[in-house]
This record gives sequence, structure tokens and C-alpha cells, in this order.
Amino acid sequence: MAVITRGFGGRRRDDADLPPGQYRTDDFPVLSAGPTPRIDLDEWEFAVVTETGERSTWSWAEFTALPADEPTVDIHCVTRWSKFGTSWRGVSVDTLLADVDTAAEYVVAHSYGGYTTNIPLEGLLDGQAWVAYEFDGEPLAPVHGGPARLLVPHLYFWKSAKWLRALELRLDDEPGFWETAGYHNDGDPWREQRYLED
Amino acid sequence: MARAAVPGRLTWQPAIVAATRAETATARTLVLDVDGWTGHVPGQHVDVRLTAPDGYMAHRSYSISSAPGPGRLEVTVQAVTDGEVSPYLVDVAEPGDQLEIRGPLGGWFVRRLADRRPALLIGGGSGVAPLMSMVRAATNPTRLLYSTRSPSDALFSADLATAEAAGGGRVAVTKVYTRVAPPGWPAPPRRLDADALAQVAWPREADAVAFVCGPTGFVETMADLLVDIGHDPTNIRTERFGPTGG
Repeated sequence: MAVITRGFGGRRRDDADLPPGQYRTDDFPVLSAGPTPRIDLDEWEFAVVTETGERSTWSWAEFTALPADEPTVDIHCVTRWSKFGTSWRGVSVDTLLADVDTAAEYVVAHSYGGYTTNIPLEGLLDGQAWVAYEFDGEPLAPVHGGPARLLVPHLYFWKSAKWLRALELRLDDEPGFWETAGYHNDGDPWREQRYLED
Repeated sequence: MARAAVPGRLTWQPAIVAATRAETATARTLVLDVDGWTGHVPGQHVDVRLTAPDGYMAHRSYSISSAPGPGRLEVTVQAVTDGEVSPYLVDVAEPGDQLEIRGPLGGWFVRRLADRRPALLIGGGSGVAPLMSMVRAATNPTRLLYSTRSPSDALFSADLATAEAAGGGRVAVTKVYTRVAPPGWPAPPRRLDADALAQVAWPREADAVAFVCGPTGFVETMADLLVDIGHDPTNIRTERFGPTGG
């Protein structure tokens, strides 16, 4: 039996692109668990590490010389805001894994500062994910995850790890920071997988 | 099993507005009665769901500002200009009205009773709400640094004084006014800076934990300053209220 809240009218917006329980914002709010890490571009390095321990690494100059995409995507934060039509520049995960030999089914994204998040590998392939280093035509600001962050717009935005340092390919699933703090392992906004038991 | 210990945590439950308290002209505390509510960990939040007569629903998350306890909780809401849910909660809801909540939620920005470390709580604006719960429930040394624009914007003024007086020295509250200070206040209005922070911060050897909550810019600045004065970054927990919220 639904509970009707007296006096509440709400403001309907015809947003078919809005997942359940979300509202639309035109700002870019921030969610993170601790201080923003300080990362010097001269020392920045990005790595892909396979299940056998094989590492591929890129310096900042090498990374930004890779073929890049400019996706425009909607993003959805578990704290209930969604932002439509965000513009990024970054390297697709397909490109990063093109020469990598792996049998992995899972990925753990590792961030400078120690944050981690887990995603099935298939959720990152076929043009679904990027390592992004520009937002709206500008270098990605540290507060939003710069120098570079993972961008996985089809999942809640905590999966799009800020301050990305490495993608670790794994045979098994290893829950990350929020995934071991009560949040859902998969985080699909269209299935409203916010919390562990959702 | 942990899951069995929290039945219905993610089930929407009816909540009845038992009382409301104006905190400022644009912020209000709602006292909610919830059958079967077993309490929370200070710092946690609840999801709130409002349903219009035609079935339209809107959802938001709000921090719990009360001390943990059964059957009843309090959320403190700042009205957001052009918001959808917060103006309703601040201006329209009355005792007896029904809404729905689920929770308590959140396992990171929390101060558990078992954590014996001293704490530095830093709140900006309405970001003080989850910290108020920590202050009310404090059983270990707790310092609150609260940055607010002016006396008329300050939340929990009486409650903070009460908690400090009742704390037997455990609780210390320092307020900083950024735009307008009350008459006779010893310091002019100012932004929180490294000096102000250093005056209330625990010494490094205290192994203190810091909780910082407020608007993004405030949290960024405070967390950076804490790192600057030598606070271990892994002992700084942040919660940010974006420029919107609704």
C-alpha cells in the first residue's frame, strides 16, 4: 500500500533517460571518501596488470599520445543525481587492452590514494568505458578525478574511479572500496542496484 | 549473519512526522517515528521518498542528525533554492504527515562506538548535520570545528551548547563565522585557514580521525589543509554536499 505524502506535488520532468530514483542536475557534484590525492604529471603512470602479473605501463606523454575518443554520455551517481550530455576525451579500454593477453573476467580499478572498485571485464569493453583526461574540453580537474579517471557511464559513477592508477585484470571478482562498505557489487542504475541487498 | 541483523534496512518503511523544529529561516529538523527502527551509527543517512497523490515519487538522501536510538530519528534539512524535496520538508511537512524512509545507510562516513580514537569533526554549513549525530553520541574525545556564514545561518546552536556542557570535557565546539559574527564575538568573520585548523587539531601522536562534511569547495580546502598540517590522509573521511541537492 503506497504511502501518499500530503501536500507533496513534485516537479515532473519528462526525462525518459533518467534511471529510477534519480533526479537531474546541471551542476557537477562531487562524491569521494577522503582528500584529493596530489599527483605530479611527471610521476604519473598508468598500468594494466594481467592475472599473470604482466604489466603494461604508460607515462603521461605516452598515454595522451594514444588514439582518443570524445564520448558524450549521461552519468548517474548513487547519491541520486544524474547529469546528461557530459563531454569527455579519453582512451577507450578496448584500445588499452588491444595488445594484452588475458583470460580475466574481472577488473579492479586502482586509484592514487588507495581507492578501488571492481567491474566485470565485459562491462568495460566494446566502447563502454574510457580512461578520461579531459572534461568539457579542459584538463580534468583533480576534484573530478584528474589527471585521469575511469569513465564507465552505464554504471553508477562510483565505478568510474577517480585518479586512476591501474587496471588489474583478475580471474576472480574482488569487491572494492564501496562494494565492501555496503554498496552493490554491480551498480547498474537502470536496475537501481545501489546497496548490497538491492 | 550481518544481513540477518539488519532486517528491512533496505525496505521502504512508513515514517510519521512527529515534530518539526526550525533551525534557521531555511533549515528544519524533522523528528520521524518509524516502527521497528533500531537505531543507526552516527554519520549514517537515510533515503527519503515522497509520493504525490498521482503516484509520482521523488527520492533524496539526508543525514541523520540525532543520537542513535530506537523508534525515532531526526533529519536536518537545508532548503535548496529550486529544490524539489527539501522545500517540501522545510516549509510544508507538518506533524502527522507520512513519508517513507529506508536505512540506515552508509558504512564509511561513520564513527563507531568501538573506535576509541579522538575525533576532529569539521563541518561547513549544513554539512554539520551528520557531525551533530556524532557529537550527541560522543563517548570519546571529540572536537567540532563548525564553519557557518552568520549566527542566523548556524544550525544546532542550543544543542551544541548543551552537548558541550553535558560532555564532561569530552566535547569541545569551536565556531568560525565567515561573513557575520555575533556581537562581541572575539574574532572577526573569516574563512577557516591553516592557523585556525592547527589551533583545534589533535597533535599528530593522538592518531585522531577526522570527519569533514560540507560543500565540495569547503571539504576540498579542509582536507588539503589537514594533510598540510600533517594529518594522515588515510584517517580523513569526507562527505560532500554538492552545489545541488534538491
